[in-house]
Amino acid sequence: MSLPIAPKPAHRRFHQARWDEPVIFELSTPGERGVLVTAVEPGVRDTVGDVVATLPEGLARRTPPALPEMGQMRVLKHYLRLSQENLGADLNVDVGQGTCTMKYAPKVNEQLISTPKLSAMHPLQDPADAQGALEIIWRTERMLAEISGMEEVSLHTQGGSAAIWANIAMIRAYHEANGEGAQRREVITTIFSHPSNAAAAKAAGYDVITLHPDADGYPDLAALKRALSPRTAAIMVTNPEDTGIYNPAIREWVDAAHAVGALASYDQANANGILGITRARDAGFDVCHFNVHKTFGTPHGSGGPGTGANGVSAALAPFLPGPRVVRDGDRYRVEEGGPRSIGAIGPFHGVVPNIVRAYAWIMALGAEGLRAVAETAVLNNNYLMKRILEIPGASAPYATGRRRIEQVRYSWQELFEETGISSEEIGIRASDFGMHYWTSHHPYVVPQPFTLEPTESYSKAELDEYADVLAEVAREARETPEVVRTAPHNQTVHHTHHDDLDDPERWAITWRAYRRKYPDAVGA
Amino acid sequence: MSEPFVHPYIPNTAPEVRAEMLAAVGAASVEEFYADVPADLRLGRALDLPEPLVAEQDLARHVSGLLARNVPTTERLSFLGQGTYAHHVPAVVDEVIGRSEFLTAYAGEPYEDHGRFQALWQYQSLMGELLAMDVVNVPTYDGFQATGTALAMAGRMTGRRRVLVASDVLPAKLSKVRDYVRVHLDLETVPPVDGTADVAGITDRLGGDVAAVWIETPSRTGAVEHRLQAIADAAHAVGAILVVGTDPVGYGVLTPPAEQGADIVCGDIQSLGLHQWYGGAHGGFIAVHDDPRFVMEMPSRLFGLATTDVPGEVGFGDVAYDRTSFAHREEGKEWVGTAAALWGIAAGVHLALMGPQGMRDLGEVLLARTAYAQRALGAIPGIRLTDGAVHLREFAIDVAGAGLTASGVVDALRAEGIEPGVPAGEHELVVCVTELTSQRDIDRLAAAVTGLVAASAAEAAATLDTVATPEEHRA
Amino acid sequence: MIGLIVNPVAGIGGPAGLAGSDGADVQRRAGERGARSRAAGRAAAALAVVAASRPDEHVVTAAGPMGEDAVRAAGLRPIVVWHQRSPTSPTDTTDAARALADVGVELVLFAGGDGTARDVAAGLPSSAVALGIPAGVKMYSPAFAVGPSAAGALAAAWLDERGLPTAEREVLDVDEEQLRRARVEPRLFGTLRVPYRAGRTQARKAATPADEQAAVRLAARGAATRLRPGIRYLLGPGGTMAEVARELGVEKTPLGVDVVLDGRVVVAGASEQELLAEVAHGPARAVVSIIGGQGFLLGRGNQQLSARVVEAIGDDPVMVVAPEQKLIDLGGRPLLVDTGDAGVDARLAGFAHVVTGPSTTSIYPVHAPENEGAVHAP
Repeated sequence: MSLPIAPKPAHRRFHQARWDEPVIFELSTPGERGVLVTAVEPGVRDTVGDVVATLPEGLARRTPPALPEMGQMRVLKHYLRLSQENLGADLNVDVGQGTCTMKYAPKVNEQLISTPKLSAMHPLQDPADAQGALEIIWRTERMLAEISGMEEVSLHTQGGSAAIWANIAMIRAYHEANGEGAQRREVITTIFSHPSNAAAAKAAGYDVITLHPDADGYPDLAALKRALSPRTAAIMVTNPEDTGIYNPAIREWVDAAHAVGALASYDQANANGILGITRARDAGFDVCHFNVHKTFGTPHGSGGPGTGANGVSAALAPFLPGPRVVRDGDRYRVEEGGPRSIGAIGPFHGVVPNIVRAYAWIMALGAEGLRAVAETAVLNNNYLMKRILEIPGASAPYATGRRRIEQVRYSWQELFEETGISSEEIGIRASDFGMHYWTSHHPYVVPQPFTLEPTESYSKAELDEYADVLAEVAREARETPEVVRTAPHNQTVHHTHHDDLDDPERWAITWRAYRRKYPDAVGA
Repeated sequence: MSEPFVHPYIPNTAPEVRAEMLAAVGAASVEEFYADVPADLRLGRALDLPEPLVAEQDLARHVSGLLARNVPTTERLSFLGQGTYAHHVPAVVDEVIGRSEFLTAYAGEPYEDHGRFQALWQYQSLMGELLAMDVVNVPTYDGFQATGTALAMAGRMTGRRRVLVASDVLPAKLSKVRDYVRVHLDLETVPPVDGTADVAGITDRLGGDVAAVWIETPSRTGAVEHRLQAIADAAHAVGAILVVGTDPVGYGVLTPPAEQGADIVCGDIQSLGLHQWYGGAHGGFIAVHDDPRFVMEMPSRLFGLATTDVPGEVGFGDVAYDRTSFAHREEGKEWVGTAAALWGIAAGVHLALMGPQGMRDLGEVLLARTAYAQRALGAIPGIRLTDGAVHLREFAIDVAGAGLTASGVVDALRAEGIEPGVPAGEHELVVCVTELTSQRDIDRLAAAVTGLVAASAAEAAATLDTVATPEEHRA
Repeated sequence: MIGLIVNPVAGIGGPAGLAGSDGADVQRRAGERGARSRAAGRAAAALAVVAASRPDEHVVTAAGPMGEDAVRAAGLRPIVVWHQRSPTSPTDTTDAARALADVGVELVLFAGGDGTARDVAAGLPSSAVALGIPAGVKMYSPAFAVGPSAAGALAAAWLDERGLPTAEREVLDVDEEQLRRARVEPRLFGTLRVPYRAGRTQARKAATPADEQAAVRLAARGAATRLRPGIRYLLGPGGTMAEVARELGVEKTPLGVDVVLDGRVVVAGASEQELLAEVAHGPARAVVSIIGGQGFLLGRGNQQLSARVVEAIGDDPVMVVAPEQKLIDLGGRPLLVDTGDAGVDARLAGFAHVVTGPSTTSIYPVHAPENEGAVHAP
């Protein structure tokens, strides 16, 4: 007599797994083994003797590393419990990591790469034995060339910021090849472009000029013109910027840069909303990069590995990092970079499993599919923006009343002034409902920020659920603020104290350091 | 679009939902959202891409078909190394990093992503034990980047420009590092002697303008540096920093560089539980002592232990977050981006499974097999080991005495299904053995090379009869 | 243990249109206009946040309207350690602050404005920690929380976590006579140690004081590396300029304009006439930072750098030095110049290259509010 089941409450009664799992070193039991290593054959031992005993003076390790000693299933169990204490994109409505493009990474792609035909390939094998890998790299590069409009594309770099480094390294090599390396010492960027552009330019030895937006949040062409000079090596800009605002004068920006002999570098980290709509080369850019792991659907791996794609015009092609995959008729071979190549950024051909995943992702969608990705990402974003702006205390600074592309940087400033509850606290409380967002936005231009990027992967119902959660937390901030302030309540761990993390005397970056600094806290 | 395009990856392509959402935002079509994109920048046509394979089965057949054209090292006898190594990957490692929760997470906070923080903090800690160092970063891209950053740190800390490169370094790695630091640092080579660093040569070149001495151990040819402490003492005497690039795979048996005076230890973790992936699975580590002068120069993220409101609960957070370029833009220490966290989790699981005894056993089997292979190949007439150093996993042979070239050996042995190594010069071949290379495998390589040497000798004898130049014949 | 001081006349000048509430005369006039202080209500609102999680908390305070009433209104228990005189005077606040510190109050909340902050700072030892509940007319000092609830939240966190990290904040105030004549020249009257909350996530980064300090130092270093020999640099007032002087290893007058040539101070605390004389000796350049929250470069707080001085310097007369965050904090509003000379202002308007670090600058718009029309010169 208990059926039917009662209707669900308005908000999900979520609780994250809480295994209260110790640090792995505390699980060690002397003598247990997790995996055994193949033995040295008697024939080998007879020939070479005791290789450890005969090591030169000082070369043999005196005390073994204090790694834990655990049976195999205990290691497995420990890490599976940790995995349950982690909220991957496959489980939540992962729209809260704006700029990160947390989209669905299709499971079929995981199956496709899980073969020794890929995982057991060595990069220096006979190219005749690697035709499948080489063809996929080549084909993916050509598809990205079409998507960006650029002449050549390289998938050599291992992430977005590595690709940005490759961009500035190519720009530097280009000006040096033209005898203008010493003259062109400045790189111009905007404050809403990804900070890695400024950081990479600085690491490459450039002076960096930052432009602030105009009063409505649009990039300021007059400011750019004031900044450009014969000293300018390049402009390095993101478009749409992290505000979700597309710079309508982007062609004028590129032309203005070219007019002083500078190059234009396009950070396409935010390309998800413009696939098949508009292309980097068509706006005149000389170099661009994609974050392949964002836009082209590879899993983010808890923070990598990612994959970068560098696209260049014909003039910049000789500077691409090496090695390159080249097609000869229906065969593929590897060519080391030429004399003007900036050389290797990392080993070999980049993050090959991600390249195969991205290839499969594009092939599953095609031209029409990519356009549907872009349009749906933008529709989702504008829909979510409408829902968020209905929440009292939330706002979307800049470009008031206008549409955005694929993400919006919102602000809880009004709610903060009213309740003293910060954006960070709201984000933590949202995790009690199985949602989250991040607040590590720098520079800190928008006060009490949160950036939502719904991508194409989430259904309307999921977007509604996400907005409902934020509305509920905003209500709590007004009515029961201590519930928000003391969150999380339904998470793996409670309110965490971060005061030791900035103190060199107290921080503990490894178990080894913890044992040394807090000897009384650790059982001998 | 003649009929609505509905794709399984894109739920809101369903026509009714799409219409409902457009109505909710008061837009007639998605075109309205692109009002800021000027008409002359609009593509105005469909992208020219291959026909999609929208049915999963068709996609799988296509991609698997392409991959089927690969012949992996499991179907060849491979002695290839030079940056990517074939080691056994325990099944538990792949199980853990294949979990959706880890695989598809990204950058959540220490609450909802507690597991990621703990797994990566444990990676730092496990590496710290192996390397005998108190601070290890969340992985950067690869060993190339780790080394470039380590040297850049040394430059920032000392304010000096000169770096003495005292080991044989992989050419691609040296190229990357040189281009990465060239604005701030000048690399100078101090040629090694008999495989390892020339301590006297280093001492001669050291001065108050040297930022760092860079040692690679194992070197490009697998030579293990055995005078680190002397090099460290000499470097420290002039205020220079000792940067040691290494592969951590041997430290179950070998003395870690930190115990011999290294200030920064860096390298790649691919050997610790990662498949070869056609060279696509690398992660870089940077380890330093627990000294804020070093720690504050590290660009990567560092996770640290924290307490929570509940006694006994283990919490985590970012140590000294404001070091990163997220916080200071160009004033930051290089940059932080998506790098190689999942590989770090894998390496951590690997070390936890191996334990101290496993790492010791592995180190011993690598040293033993390397020595065995050196003897087996070095015993072949005309084949010479290039140096007398202790080698781990890799070593170089010179085949000139047998009238062979390195690429000639490679070409000939590939025909027998053997990848004998990587040519590093006309006559130098770098051979790699791991725990996956059995005694029988090594014997097979030695036999094949012996056969080649014999054939070459016979050919040379025949050539003498006809008074032709050997070059023409081999061409 | 936390304490509370309420300035019962804080803010009564504001609604009365009197631009501040200092002075018995202003207070009397405000009273005549029916003004009532909102300080007590806002203090109670802050304490209500504390009461929500710690209903039994005791608060050390002054009697009646100077705190006790607000503590009771919030439902908490007052411990009265000081009784005010009547009518109130600035020394009441100072004496009450001293009394709270004497009994070991760790965090002094005070409700009022800049004048209250000045008086509290005068009564507290330098080690004491205080936090303003904004309730005054003028709040130029960065010693105030963003609102009463935010102040209460910080106080609650202070109690929960048995202390919080603190940062030294400036106590600024303006001469109200000038304010009533619409000239804002905030002056530095001291400092207070203010608590802040490091975040609890990886986002612990909403400009911590350590960051701010580092950013100021970077900007100052950027200025120092750009100075050239043989040029007289006219260093304006302000914290960033003090840091520039520190980078150069010279003494700086906190509120004056000092002339530096080849690493030496040539004239300290120079008048306009002295500056003109210095500029006449050879090439010169003014080095200024952003004064106050309004974004003034010239014309507020550094009137010695007059239109005549700027004119005399010639081309590219001003180097602007500021950490990026100071530009961001302007919230999109332009930098301002008001030298009193329309021609000079027009020349300065447009965009400034703001030095933010040794190898970084920002391009930021400069307006001349007294001279609109010259704004946004192409």
